[in-house]
Amino acid sequence: MSERSMSIANPSPFSTDAYQKGALALSALAVVYMFLLISGTELLSPVLSFWLLTGFFTISALVYTWRAYRKKPAGIKNDGIWYSSLLARGALAWMAGLIFTVFYVLLYWYPSTLGLGMGENGSNTGLIAAFDPMSYWIKGEAASEWFMYGFFYSLAILVMGVKFFVKYWHSPYQKWRTASVVFFQLAFAFTIPEILMGLNMPYNDFFNMWPLNYYFFFDWNLQQMLDSGTLGIFMLVWGIALVLVISPILTWLYGKRWYCSWVCGCAGLAETAGDPFRHLSDKSLKAWKIERWMIHSVLVFAVVMTAMVLYSFFSGSNTVLFMDSHNVRAWYGFLIGATFSGVIGVGFYPIMGNRVWCRFGCPAAAILGVQQRWFSKYRITTNGSQCISCGNCSTYCEMGIDVRWYAQRGQDIIRASCVGCGICEEVCPRGVLRLENGPATDQRAVEQRVITIDGFQPE
Amino acid sequence: MAEKNIAIIGNGISGITAARFIRKFSNHSVTVISKESDHFYSRTALMYIYMGHMKYEHTKPYEDFFWDKNRINLLRGTVKEIDFANRQLHFDTSFKVDSLYPAPPSLNYDVLILATGSKPRRPEWPGMDSKGVTGLYDLMDLEYMEQHSKGIERGIVVGGGLIGIEMAEMMASRDIPVSFLVRESHFYNNVLPDEEAKMASDEIRAHGIDLRTNTEVAEILADESGHVTGVKTTKGELINGQFAGVTIGVEPNIDFLKNSGLELNKGILINRHFETNVEGVYAIGDCAEFRNPIPGRKSIEQLWYTGRIMGETLAHTICGNRHSYQPSIFFNSAKFFGIEYQVYGEIPCEISGDAETIFWKSKDNKQSIRINYDSNRGFVRGFNLLGVRFRQEICEKWIEEKTDIQKVVSNLSAAAFDQEFATRPERAFIEQFERQRGIKIKPIGSRGWKTALKSLLKT
Repeated sequence: MSERSMSIANPSPFSTDAYQKGALALSALAVVYMFLLISGTELLSPVLSFWLLTGFFTISALVYTWRAYRKKPAGIKNDGIWYSSLLARGALAWMAGLIFTVFYVLLYWYPSTLGLGMGENGSNTGLIAAFDPMSYWIKGEAASEWFMYGFFYSLAILVMGVKFFVKYWHSPYQKWRTASVVFFQLAFAFTIPEILMGLNMPYNDFFNMWPLNYYFFFDWNLQQMLDSGTLGIFMLVWGIALVLVISPILTWLYGKRWYCSWVCGCAGLAETAGDPFRHLSDKSLKAWKIERWMIHSVLVFAVVMTAMVLYSFFSGSNTVLFMDSHNVRAWYGFLIGATFSGVIGVGFYPIMGNRVWCRFGCPAAAILGVQQRWFSKYRITTNGSQCISCGNCSTYCEMGIDVRWYAQRGQDIIRASCVGCGICEEVCPRGVLRLENGPATDQRAVEQRVITIDGFQPE
Repeated sequence: MAEKNIAIIGNGISGITAARFIRKFSNHSVTVISKESDHFYSRTALMYIYMGHMKYEHTKPYEDFFWDKNRINLLRGTVKEIDFANRQLHFDTSFKVDSLYPAPPSLNYDVLILATGSKPRRPEWPGMDSKGVTGLYDLMDLEYMEQHSKGIERGIVVGGGLIGIEMAEMMASRDIPVSFLVRESHFYNNVLPDEEAKMASDEIRAHGIDLRTNTEVAEILADESGHVTGVKTTKGELINGQFAGVTIGVEPNIDFLKNSGLELNKGILINRHFETNVEGVYAIGDCAEFRNPIPGRKSIEQLWYTGRIMGETLAHTICGNRHSYQPSIFFNSAKFFGIEYQVYGEIPCEISGDAETIFWKSKDNKQSIRINYDSNRGFVRGFNLLGVRFRQEICEKWIEEKTDIQKVVSNLSAAAFDQEFATRPERAFIEQFERQRGIKIKPIGSRGWKTALKSLLKT
């Protein structure tokens, strides 16, 4: 039998039922309506448009979840994933990827097509106008494209967080982690900054850490904080302490997971809306090599860019080493901030998995990764020789870590990229893996448990 | 050391482990021959391919470049005959398959390792040759099951072992109704004590499986075209089904060695150094049968990790560091639908005269802990766990050192390996122990790696 013939055709029992089909149709309808708004066709008032869009997406996801899991006993629910067009890079996946990508391109570079300031006297029309009522209610001004995006983003995390919660109902670790990441998005990434803006204070997400938050040290942001009294100074001190003091201590104690799968907004989306795509990450050795080069290059870029921006801020000179710091930061924003983290990072979920940005691009993750690799108490321990090399752990690792490589040798897993989502320990059919915080050394009673004969040096 | 040509027949876990370690220890030329697949894959993951959790490529523990890089030659073919006198293998030239590594007509060797594995045992029931009847051992079986279980109304599984429950779970994952016929009064009762066997049976039924205990098959029924239509039990009951998995165990795959001069019984007869009666010829893994098995262990061991230990031990011997088979404390694990199962040490299905047992079960029937200890001297002999994870190293140490039951119970948290935030079943066990004995012990409070290390390093 040839190995290629193992690509088994789509078996019908994994298909969706009528309710789920209806739910998917509802989502499709909302997408169509969104593009109608974008194309300038306004069938309903902004308020009705808002409820149609958010309502359809929410109902769609909840109905789908209910039908998918209602009869499933507690346990792993990965049946049929590799037979699904949407989840296994089929036609639906490419369509979804295209829609996400188009949306991001319009959002970042052509917000006027979404209706930003396209009405009379610079008022909004179309999609963004649909969010005006909500924006006025929260902060007393018209919606921006970022308010619209932030609202959608938070809603996606909340609704898909419910789905994830139901999927992992049996796992306290998954429930706590998901509750945390949803809370930090809703409270710190969305509500508090919007309210701050309504109070004429600087927009600030207290947990959006530099250099993920690459504009933290930009002149306008620094100036805004310096001009905002005690709270502004607190924001400045907190932001610096977060990256220099708080995060190294927390990473030493718990690994980078405290941020990368419990707090960060990118994780919020990746672990909820992105969870169904986690198995698409590339596990090859080559991908790991690319990952190390790329993420550390972005970190260097971020540090150099920030240093130049700060030099300009203090010296008042825009030219640093023959380069205009404004140009450098504009390029960083375009290449890394928008293209990498947004268009590729989320737009490509259905093709490359849900952690492309976190794995290959995020400079904050790079810093935490170095800390995790070299001085953290956190690691995944392997239970003796119990591993049967099945490959579930590696397949479902969103960061593309070949967990099995270590587990089958009885080794602990200490990798810079591990975000501690804990799904490997969930899907392991033999209970071989455990996320643990222990003594911060490479201490291990027996290092390679499967080696049955010690002390033999080959001739 | 003079370099030798080492041929290994079989690319399962035993043969591949031997190849890897021979390469690690020496520069011998290593050739691995397989009929089944070009590359090593994890047989334990077959069920997950059918269920759509993984694709075939995910079940390969090493990337395809690994073999070339490590100078392990691969050949795809069927050995028809072995010329032991001239140390030569003859391949079946009529075996045609799409492969990257087609085998030549013959191959010379200096050392031969037979690691040919198992095949499903075939009972003598009438109708066994009907279409849609199969065991499940290799990729060919999986593909057969894929084809013949498509579009059926009901599937039948005969035989209550670990492969049987896998086949039941596989079909259940595609919403195919399953009748599961088991000879014992509860599933796996020939291995598990009554309480655990009942819990496993309840779990099987909770997943909608029609589990029929105390049921034996008399005949497989087929229609005029020779396709299975059901089975008839020894009690005359008729059970319909268009596919039948027959999983009454496996036996060594050694048919091609009959009358070859190699001494065979059920398997290839070997001593504790894996040596057969022919010089330079070894046998390891499922196909081997110890002439004098280690007391308390079986003469044929068909476990993943025993195959791995055999492969590694033999590699030492071949590379000049002669070692006998020393598998240490027995352990095994499995998963019964949603419930994980682990065993360390001796847990017979019926408690014998010189052992006592302590058994705790959770209220929801999903978790249990059993510890057996010596009735005269009080040391622990084994752990049996359902839905609870314990550390192998700790359990092994307690059994090896003949630790007293009371000491084990008071230190039980050191063995706890369940996820962070999970309930603490070992505490409920300790409380029950205290009630039963009418004593108060002072258990260690915390669990986790630090506690485990402390306990391991203490002598």
